[in-house]
Amino acid sequence: MKAKFRLVRSPAPGWFSALIPLLAIVVTFMITSVFILIAGANPFEAYYYFLISPLTSKVSILEVLVKSTPLLLTGAAVTIAFASGYWNIGAEGQLYAGAVAAAFLGTVLVGVPQPLAILIMLVGGFIAGMLWGLVPALLKVRLSVDEVVTTLLMNYIALYMVSALLNGPWRDPVTHWPQSPTILATTMMPKLLPPSRLHFGFIVGLLAVAVVWFILSRTGLGMRMRSVGMGKEAARFMGVKVNRTMFITALISAGIAGLAGVTEVAGIHFHLIDAISPGYGYSGIIAATLGNLNPIGAGVASLFLGLISTGSQAVSRSLGVPSFLGDVVQATLLLVTLAMFLLRNYTLRRVE
Amino acid sequence: MDAVQMVGITKQFGPLIANNKVNFELKKGEVHALLGENGAGKTTLMRILYGLYKADSGEIRVNGKPVQINSPKDAIANGIGMVSQHFTLVPPLTVAENVVLGFNPGVRLDPKLVNKNVEEAANKFGIDVKTTALVRHLSVGERQRVEILKALYRNINVLIMDEPTAVLVPQEVDVLFETLNRLRKGGLSVIFISHKLFEVMTISDRITVLRDGKCIGTVDKKNTDERSLAKMMVGRETFGVQRDSEACGGKPLLKIENITARDKKGLLALKDVSLEVCEGEILGLAGVSGNGQAELAAVVSGVLKPESGKVTLGDLDITHMDPQSISKAGVGRIPEDRHAGVVGEMSVAENLALERLDEFLKNGMLDRKKIKSHAEAMIKEYQIKATPTIQTRKLSGGNMQKVILARALYTHPRMIVAAQPTRGLDIGATEYVRNKLIEQRERGAAVLLISEDLEEIRSISDRIAVIYEGRIVGILPCNDATEEVLGLMMSGATEAAYES
Repeated sequence: MKAKFRLVRSPAPGWFSALIPLLAIVVTFMITSVFILIAGANPFEAYYYFLISPLTSKVSILEVLVKSTPLLLTGAAVTIAFASGYWNIGAEGQLYAGAVAAAFLGTVLVGVPQPLAILIMLVGGFIAGMLWGLVPALLKVRLSVDEVVTTLLMNYIALYMVSALLNGPWRDPVTHWPQSPTILATTMMPKLLPPSRLHFGFIVGLLAVAVVWFILSRTGLGMRMRSVGMGKEAARFMGVKVNRTMFITALISAGIAGLAGVTEVAGIHFHLIDAISPGYGYSGIIAATLGNLNPIGAGVASLFLGLISTGSQAVSRSLGVPSFLGDVVQATLLLVTLAMFLLRNYTLRRVE
Repeated sequence: MDAVQMVGITKQFGPLIANNKVNFELKKGEVHALLGENGAGKTTLMRILYGLYKADSGEIRVNGKPVQINSPKDAIANGIGMVSQHFTLVPPLTVAENVVLGFNPGVRLDPKLVNKNVEEAANKFGIDVKTTALVRHLSVGERQRVEILKALYRNINVLIMDEPTAVLVPQEVDVLFETLNRLRKGGLSVIFISHKLFEVMTISDRITVLRDGKCIGTVDKKNTDERSLAKMMVGRETFGVQRDSEACGGKPLLKIENITARDKKGLLALKDVSLEVCEGEILGLAGVSGNGQAELAAVVSGVLKPESGKVTLGDLDITHMDPQSISKAGVGRIPEDRHAGVVGEMSVAENLALERLDEFLKNGMLDRKKIKSHAEAMIKEYQIKATPTIQTRKLSGGNMQKVILARALYTHPRMIVAAQPTRGLDIGATEYVRNKLIEQRERGAAVLLISEDLEEIRSISDRIAVIYEGRIVGILPCNDATEEVLGLMMSGATEAAYES
């Protein structure tokens, strides 16, 4: 009799869960190799540049950290939201809101000493992100409008509003480039290890990860958040105010995403541009998912995504393949990881 | 010759024997009722006939010939169709499209031809439904007719209907019965699954009663009545716990006054329900599931807000309080679905603390020591086989229920609402839970016990109320409540008398 295999719904053994990140990377490598081959490069060589070469010099290691900075923040933002069952897809738009606030505050805080100015920038960016997240959050808790749709659509509104600002009132008066005026020197993030671009924003990112971890695992609010995320009905039965908890979560998440806009404006570009984020908000979703909605895991994943992002430029320089391959790798990694999380609930059984 | 014969059908789910050597025969052109309580094995038996389950042993014969039915496709090929409780229609499609879905020869779908065919079929079978209407615009009764038409369109001669009246309003039931009578005259055999006695007596020619997975017997309608059917359906050995208390002993604590409420689907689930539970008594609320008891528990627990009416605890109006305040006011709550009572992904310690989280916080931060020591104490006191850190979903049903019991009882509440507290538990855990409830009564608490298990209700309640279709149809002292009387009341047999 021919033996068949069938997927049976039963949890896979614990060691499988632990191996998921590693397995995901191997499977991603196998899938993306096809694209790398089509692009005319050797996959092993390409992956050397992706994963190893950025770690071979101090300069490029620091560059990995620079690339990770906004991801630490958006990753933390998405993690706290998803862990609480609020599907905030709008970190991108909230980042832009924070960036607008930073670009504005950066030009008006004349005469304010640097430490205080930076603090005001951060608080301002947090509040701006929060305000941008307020609309979907209110719609969710008052009218049960699906936040996936509203937060996502708010991203486009943010993007076009920034575009309108930059092509209108904020257009650079000298160069006529669509970019806002350069911010004051006192509002720029201090460099951590000059001449590297690594700036204080990286510390902010690490702190955000730590704070999210602390809230979720050590506070009453965090426990209520997790209960809503993991079992809304049961949480409601036990008297958790589900809507209020979600609302608070949505605002915290949006605020943290807003911080990512501040670090990019005040740490890297020093003015607002259209392309301030090449999708950091969405990469934050990847980081949160790769980290299995654990803040520390999301932090590690952010560093890893920073590595791939730095590596993709190295690949492109050295092998002449498009740097978009980095995006392809990221996206494939997300899909593979999601598939693995799903497969975790199944085991392969032999049926006669 | 019989249209369908099922011989010695046995089906086991893990340790549970859902069907135990069941024999069932269906004559041509009869309406044959399959009667039994919830969990008696009626639906399982029919799912086997329709190819949704595979029997562990036994034989199915269609028109005298043994057949293998491995899927609904095989069943339809053998002329057997089924209309399940939950409809399988596609709301945005038209009636005609739904009827031919999956039964359209070839790839091309010609809307006009499809409409014509389905309309002809509807006329032929005398089923009144507009074939061009979108299913989402239809009422529940109309949707059911579409389901029947869908089955008939597949040239079946045996139609299984799984509790078809559960979703219908009385007028729709009349229409359904007319349709079934007409189809019976046309030679269709119908298997009618139900637990409502008067319906069974109205529509069927013969009745087969299942109890605990076993076939109790098949009787002609002419030779039976509701009383003897009820006895067949519920009649176990009666248990000898009898008590003297006739009326409520202490003073009334929980007062439910004229509560009217809707369920999640927006249907009226509770109709003007009034009930009192006194200190130091267990009031058992008996009823077949789906008659409003879940909603009543939800109202008292603060999870469902009633449309009108009032719930008071002592002098306190708790009608519009949130679950947390109700819990703090002294109501211990054991939910019907224990998986909706604990967050499965969270640890036992966290689940034990969440309902009264304020007691486990220091300046907004979790007092992890206190949470852990509380969990350890509860695990010891309630003999829970668990560690504080284990994920709650990994516990057995009995241990999960003990977590819920511990959480509900450790504050010594004045009032306990226990909905189906022993459903699915093994004997040991069941005893444990019942003893805990009795302990609460002894200590002077008022207990509202909602259960489908008549033995449970009769063995630990002081008074018994019966709910049927959202109404309390009677309250009687435990001593007067024989299984026959309760069975009749639960099946709505007394409702006519009650209303008049």
